[in-house]
Amino acid sequence: MADKPTFSEEVSNLLHASHGNPLTTCIQCGTCSGTCPVAEFMDHTPRKLIGMINADLKEEVLESNTYWYCASCFHCTVRCPSEIDIAGLMYALKRYSIWNHTYSEEFIGPVFSETFVKSILRSGRSYEPVLAPSYIFSYGVREFLNEAHTATNLMLKGRLPVLPPRLKRSENFKKMANRIIPMGEAK
Amino acid sequence: MSKYAYFPGCSLEKMALSYHQSTMETTRELGVELQELEDWNCCGATTYFHVDELLAYTLVGRNLAMAEKMGYDLVAPCSACYKNAYFTSAYLKEDQDLADHINYALEADNLQYSGNTAVKHLMEVFADDLGMEEIERKVTHPLTGLRVAPYYGCQIVRPKKDHEDVEGPVFFEELMTAVGAEPVDFAYKLRCCGGSLIITSRDAALSLIRDLLQSAADSDAAVIATACPLCQTNLECYQRLVNQEFGTEFKIPIMYFTQLIGLAMGIPKKKLGIGTEFISVDSVLTYAQKSE
Repeated sequence: MADKPTFSEEVSNLLHASHGNPLTTCIQCGTCSGTCPVAEFMDHTPRKLIGMINADLKEEVLESNTYWYCASCFHCTVRCPSEIDIAGLMYALKRYSIWNHTYSEEFIGPVFSETFVKSILRSGRSYEPVLAPSYIFSYGVREFLNEAHTATNLMLKGRLPVLPPRLKRSENFKKMANRIIPMGEAK
Repeated sequence: MSKYAYFPGCSLEKMALSYHQSTMETTRELGVELQELEDWNCCGATTYFHVDELLAYTLVGRNLAMAEKMGYDLVAPCSACYKNAYFTSAYLKEDQDLADHINYALEADNLQYSGNTAVKHLMEVFADDLGMEEIERKVTHPLTGLRVAPYYGCQIVRPKKDHEDVEGPVFFEELMTAVGAEPVDFAYKLRCCGGSLIITSRDAALSLIRDLLQSAADSDAAVIATACPLCQTNLECYQRLVNQEFGTEFKIPIMYFTQLIGLAMGIPKKKLGIGTEFISVDSVLTYAQKSE
C-alpha cells in the first residue's frame, strides 16, 4: 500500500495553481505574523499555523479560526522571505475545511462563501439582498439592528438594488459552470 | 481616442454607482472610450477561491474571453476584480493544463481564451496610459489646499506582479498632485480595510477601519480617496459603527479618486454621483468651487 500523504503534503497539493514555494521551506521568521493586520484576532498566528501544518497537527489546524480571519490582503505573501504564498495557503485551507465540513458552526465565513457562490451560479452577478440571510441570523440583536440601519440608509440613498440581475446567456453560463462543478440543475 | 473593454463589476451597478458615473464622465473628458463588456458576470471577488479554484478561474475566464474577442485591453475599476482578472489571465497563459480545463468549460458559452488580454486597473489608465500631464491639462478647478489621504488598499498593488514597488507606490499621490490637491503622508495607505470581514468577522473589520480612519485623522486629511468600491463602503458606511463601538467621533468623507479628478475638471457634482454619501462631502466641494 502506498504511503499516506502527510497533512503538509495534502495542503501543499491544494496549492497547485499558486506559484509560491512549498510550506516546508518556511523558516519560522514570523514576518507574516508581524505583517498580518488581523493576527491579534486569530487563535494561531500565520507563522504558528504553518509550523503546525509542517508538524502534521491536522486536527488543531482544522479547528483553527486563523484562515477565516484572513481578508486576502496579500501583505504576508509579498513580504515572505521564503516566497511562500501565505494568503494562497489560507484560501487552500478554507477550501479544505469547506469540502470536508470541518469548520466550527459558529463561523460565518464558510456559510457566507457557499451562499455567495450559489447565488452567482444562479444569476451570474452578485445581489446583496439574497446574501443577508447567510449571516444576519448569526448576529446578536444589536448587530442585527446596526446592519438593518446600514441597509436602510443604503436603500434611502439608492445604493441597494431592488431587482436581482440576470445574464442574457444565462443558460450557457450554467452549462459552463456545470462543466467544472456538476451541480445538476443549478437552482 | 483610446479604447478599452470595460468590466464594471457588481458593486458598480448599484452600491458604488457613483464610482461608475465618475469613471465614465472623467474618461470621456480625457478622450478615453470604455466599452462595457456585454453580458459580463461576477468575478467572484475573494469568495469563489474559498470554494473552488477551477470554478473561480472559469468565471473570470469568461470575462477575459469576451474582452479578447473585442480586441481591447480589459479595464476594471474595482481592485478585487482587477486582481482576479490580472492573475487569472497570467495563470491561463503559462499553465496549458489549466487553460485546457477552463476552455473546455468556456466552450459551453461559445467562448475561448488564448491569454492575449492585458488587464489594467482603472487607475493605471489615468496614471500610466494617459499620464499626469494629460490630466493636468484638463484641470480647470484645481483642488488647491485640499489635503487628501491616498488610500491604495490591497489588491491594486498586491500580490506583486513584476518588479514594481509594492511597499512604497507613489502613483496615487502623483495623480492627486496633478489635480492640484495635496496628498498627505498617510501611514496606513497600504493597509487592509478588512474586505468582506465586515460581514464574516465584524470585530476584526471594525478595528481595521478604525485604524485607517485614525491614521488619516493623524495626518490631518480632509478626505480619504479610494480606488475600490469595497474600501469605500467599509470606510464610509461603517464609520458610524466604528464611532459607536470605539467612542470616536470620525466624520471623514470618503470619495473615489475619479470624483476628485472630475471635480477638478469642472464636471458638475451630480454627474459624478455626488449626493449619495452617508458622510457629507460639502467640505471637499468648497475647494473645487473656490477657483470658479
